[in-house]
Amino acid sequence: MALTYDQAIELYEPTLGLEVHVELNTNSKMFCGCATEFGASPNTQTCPVCLGLPGSLPVVNAKAIESSIRIGLALNCSITPFSRFARKNYFYPDMPKNFQTSQYDEPICVNGYLDVTIDTDEGPKVFRVEIERVHMEEDTGKSLHVGGATGRIHGAEHSLLDYNRAGIPLVEIVTRIVPGTEKYAPEVARAYVAELRDILRSLGVSDVKMEQGSLRCDANVSISPRGTGVLGTRSETKNVNSLRSVERAVRGEIIRQANRLQTGERIVQETRHFQEESGETRSGRSKEQAEDYRYFPEPDLLPIVADPAWVQELKSALPEKPSVHRKKLQEAWGVPDKEMSAMVNAELLDTVEETVRLGAEPTKARSWWLGEISRLANEKAVAPTSLIQPSEVAEVIALIAAGELTDKLARQVVEGVINGEGTPAAVIEKRGLKVVSDDSALMVAIEAAIASQPETAERVRAGNIPAAGAIIGAVMKATGGQADAAKVRELLLKHLGQG
Amino acid sequence: MSTPIIHQTAAEMSADLASGSVTAVELATAHYDRIAAVDSDVHAFLHLDREGALAQAASVDASRKAGEKLHPLAGVPLALKDVLTQKGIPTTCGSKMLEGWRPPYDSTVVANLKKAGVVILGKTNMDEFAMGSSTENSAYGTTHNPWDLSRIPGGSGGGSSAALAAFEAPLAIGTDTGGSIRQPAAVTGTVGVKPTYGSVSRYGLVAFSSSLDQAGPCARTVLDTAMLHEVIAGYDAKDSTSINAPVGKMVEAAKKLDIKGMKIGVVKELSGEGYQAGVLTRFNEALDALVSAGAEIVEVSTPSFEYALAAYYLIAPSEASSNLARFDSMRYGIRIGDDGSRSAEAVMNMTREVGFGKEVKRRIILGAYALSSGYYDAYYGSAQKVRTLIKRDYEAAFAKVDVLVSPTCPTTAFKIGEKSDDPLAMYLNDVATIPVNLAGIGGMSLPCGLAPEDGLPVGFQIMSPALKDELMYQVGGTLEAALQSKWGAPLYASAPELAVK
Repeated sequence: MALTYDQAIELYEPTLGLEVHVELNTNSKMFCGCATEFGASPNTQTCPVCLGLPGSLPVVNAKAIESSIRIGLALNCSITPFSRFARKNYFYPDMPKNFQTSQYDEPICVNGYLDVTIDTDEGPKVFRVEIERVHMEEDTGKSLHVGGATGRIHGAEHSLLDYNRAGIPLVEIVTRIVPGTEKYAPEVARAYVAELRDILRSLGVSDVKMEQGSLRCDANVSISPRGTGVLGTRSETKNVNSLRSVERAVRGEIIRQANRLQTGERIVQETRHFQEESGETRSGRSKEQAEDYRYFPEPDLLPIVADPAWVQELKSALPEKPSVHRKKLQEAWGVPDKEMSAMVNAELLDTVEETVRLGAEPTKARSWWLGEISRLANEKAVAPTSLIQPSEVAEVIALIAAGELTDKLARQVVEGVINGEGTPAAVIEKRGLKVVSDDSALMVAIEAAIASQPETAERVRAGNIPAAGAIIGAVMKATGGQADAAKVRELLLKHLGQG
Repeated sequence: MSTPIIHQTAAEMSADLASGSVTAVELATAHYDRIAAVDSDVHAFLHLDREGALAQAASVDASRKAGEKLHPLAGVPLALKDVLTQKGIPTTCGSKMLEGWRPPYDSTVVANLKKAGVVILGKTNMDEFAMGSSTENSAYGTTHNPWDLSRIPGGSGGGSSAALAAFEAPLAIGTDTGGSIRQPAAVTGTVGVKPTYGSVSRYGLVAFSSSLDQAGPCARTVLDTAMLHEVIAGYDAKDSTSINAPVGKMVEAAKKLDIKGMKIGVVKELSGEGYQAGVLTRFNEALDALVSAGAEIVEVSTPSFEYALAAYYLIAPSEASSNLARFDSMRYGIRIGDDGSRSAEAVMNMTREVGFGKEVKRRIILGAYALSSGYYDAYYGSAQKVRTLIKRDYEAAFAKVDVLVSPTCPTTAFKIGEKSDDPLAMYLNDVATIPVNLAGIGGMSLPCGLAPEDGLPVGFQIMSPALKDELMYQVGGTLEAALQSKWGAPLYASAPELAVK
C-alpha cells in the first residue's frame, strides 16, 4: 500500500533546496553584442564570440553585472568586493566552447535571504529562505532532436543546433537547504519562487516567464526518517515550468522518496524530470559520480571589482519590495489577510491592482476577477488574464457605478467581451443591454404599473412602503430587467408621495 | 652591386616606396618570386594569398599615386603566422583539425595591418596550435632553417622566422606563449619581440594559453621590428585583457643608439650550465659591446626562475586543455566518423583522435589532469604561486636595473628529428624565454653572432619591465649597430645562399 503525502510526512522530514536560473532581459548577450530576442530564426543571433569560433574572446556585459548586483541587493545579499568568472569544462554539442563561462568559488553576491509567508493551520507563518549565492553565467545553445518519437535524443535520426540562446546572460540564485518546512515544503517552495519572481519583475531585470524558460527552477528534495537528524540523499528535479508545478514537483518527490525508503530501496542521487501530466518525476542523469568540471579562473576576463559607491547607489535606487508593496495595497484597500492571499495565490494581485489603478473600486475589482472571471476561466481551463483586460473590467465596473449597468447586465457584458464581441461598449451596443435610466421612459412604465395595481398603490401612499415591491417587480418585468431597480423604487416612492 | 630588393630592410623598402623607385605590386611580386624559388626547400608558408596581396598592393599604389598620406609600412610585404585569423583566408594553426576552415572575421592584429596598408603575403607554418619549439609538430610538414636546411627554424613560429631569414618576407607576425617568437628569431639570426602581455590584442589569435599568449613583430632588424610593433599594438575593447595605455615610441627608441648610463642586469640563473659554449662566447661579446656603448652591467639573481619551466608546463597545458575543447567538429574544421550511425559524442571523440597530433594530445591530457579536482591546488594552484614569485623576482631586479639580458636559448638550432622523441629536452629549449611570459613583461631576441663551433646564429635576449617595451628597442638598436659595425655587415647578409629553383 503506497504512502500518501500525509503519511510520508508523518514518517519523514523533508529538506528543500532551490536553484533558480533567471535569463536577464539585457539587449545583448553576456559576452558579445548579439541580440537576445526570444523566438528569432535559428542561428540568426550569433557571432564569432557566442559561436566560440577560434580566436574569439569574451567581453562582459556591464548591464548584466548591474542586474546581478541589483538582484543580490534585493535578496539581502552581500556584494563581494572581488568576484571572478571561471570555466566549467564539459563537452556538449550545444555548448560552443565546450566550457561554460560561469562563476564558481568567487560569485558576485553571497549570504542573502528571502522571507515568504505561508498560510498554515496556525495562521500565516513566515519562513526564511537563506540564499547562499547569486552568480552570473552564460546560457547554452539548444539541441533539437529530429526523427524520433519523443523529441528526445534517444531514437532521433539527427540533431539540429540553434546557438541563438548561447551566451544569453543567466543569473543563478542558489538557496541554502531550507530546514523545518515540515509538511509545508511544497508551499514554501512555491511561495519562494513566486516571491522571487515578483522581486525580479519589480527590478525589471528579466521577463520571468517560466513557460518560456526565462525563469527556471530546479528543486532539490531529500527526506530523512524522523528522529534520525541525518540528511537524506537528494534528487534534483528539473523541467518545472510553472509555480503550480514547483509545488507539485516537491510534493511528488517527497511521496516518491518516502515510498522507496519504505520498501527498502535507496534514493539515487540524480537529476529527475517533472512530468506535467502526471505530477510525477522521471529519472534523468545520475549524479552518483560527481562530474569533474575542472573549474579554473577564466583567463580571458578580468576580475569584477564593484565600486562600493556604485553598489550603494544601486541599493538606494532599488524599487519597493513586493511584500512591502502588498502590505501597502492591503491597507489601502482594507482587505482581510485571507482575501489578500487568495489574490496572491490566484496570481491575480497585479491584475486587480491594475484594474484599481484604472479607477475601479478595490472590492469590486477583486470580486470580479476572483469571482465571475475566474469561474469562466476555470470552465475554459485558461488563465483569467487571457480572457479580458483590466481596462475592460474597470470599464464595466465604472458603468455599474454610474448606474448604466446592473450586476446582472454586467455579467452579460463580460461574457460578451470574453466571447470576442468587442469592448464593453460594443457589447452593450450590440446586445442592447443599456439600463433604462431615462426617467420619463421609466415613469411611463411606473404609471402603467400603478394603473394596473391601484390597491397596492393606495397602500403605499398610506405608508406601507414594503408593499411597493410588487409594483417595482412589475416595472422590472415590463422593462425586461434593464431598469435599475433602485432607480425605479426611488421614482415610484416619490410619485406616491413617500420619496 | 646594389642590394637585391628582397634583401632590403622594411625601412629601406618603405623609403623606396615613398620615393616611387619601387611599387608595392613590384615588391609583392619580387617576394612571391623568391617564395616560388626557395620555399619548396624551406617550407615556411602554408598558404599564399597572391590574389589578395596583389590587390592590396595595387590599392596602396593607387592611394600613393593619388597623393594620400600613407603609413610608412604601407605596401611592405608581411608573412602572417597561421594562428591569427584573416577573413576568408585558411587558418589551420598547423593542425589537421582546422583543415579547410576559413574564418569569417579578421583578428585585430590583421585589421591593424590592413589599416596600415601592410601587404599580407600568406600564412606561415608553425607547431600545431603553437605547441613546440621546432615546427616539427606541424600537421603540414616541418619548416627548414635557411642557415642549414637539416636544422629546425625554431618554434612554434618557425615559418615566420624562416621566411625572414630566407628573404621571403621582410616582416612577419609571430605569437609567443613561452618563447615562440624569440627562440625562432634566435636560431634563424632574425629579430623577434614578445610585447608586454595585453599590449597587442589577442582577438583573433587562436588561443593556446590565454594568460601567456601574445602576438608580436618579427623582422631582420631592430628598427623594422619597432615599425611593425607600432602598427599592431594598442588597446582593443574586444580583448578584455588588453591594456588601455598609449603605445610606446618604439621606432624612436630603436633609432636612439644611445644607452649611456643605463644599467643592464645579467640574469645569473640564465647562463652557465646547460648552455652551449659558443652561445656563451657570443653572449659575453655582446655584453662587452654594451659596456663599450656606455652601459653598466650588473649580475642579478632571480631564484624563482628555477621553477619557471615546471610552472609553465602546468599553466599552459591547463589553459590549453580548456581552450582546445571547442574543436569538436560541430561547427567548423574536420569531422570524422559522421556516417549516421554514431552519436555526436562519438563523432567528437573520433575527430579529436584524428585531428590532434601527439604533442597537442600530450598537453591536453597533462592540462586536464592538472585541473582535476583533488589535484588543482597541488598543480595549477602551485604553478600560479610560482608565477607570482617570478613576477616578484623581476620586480626586485627592475628596481636595480633598466633591462635584463640573457642568451635567448641554451643552444643554436638543433637537427630536425634530434629531440622529437624527447619532449623534456625539447621543453628545456625554452628555459630562458618562459619566465618573461609568466611575468607578462616584454622580451626581445636579436642576433649576436654565429657560434664558433657550428657557425649558427646565437640569440641575445633583452627583457624590459611591463609597458616599457621601448627600452628593449633602445638597447637592442644600440647593440645591433655596435655589432654590425664590428662585423661590417648585418648578420643575415652572411647567411648561406639557398638553392634557387
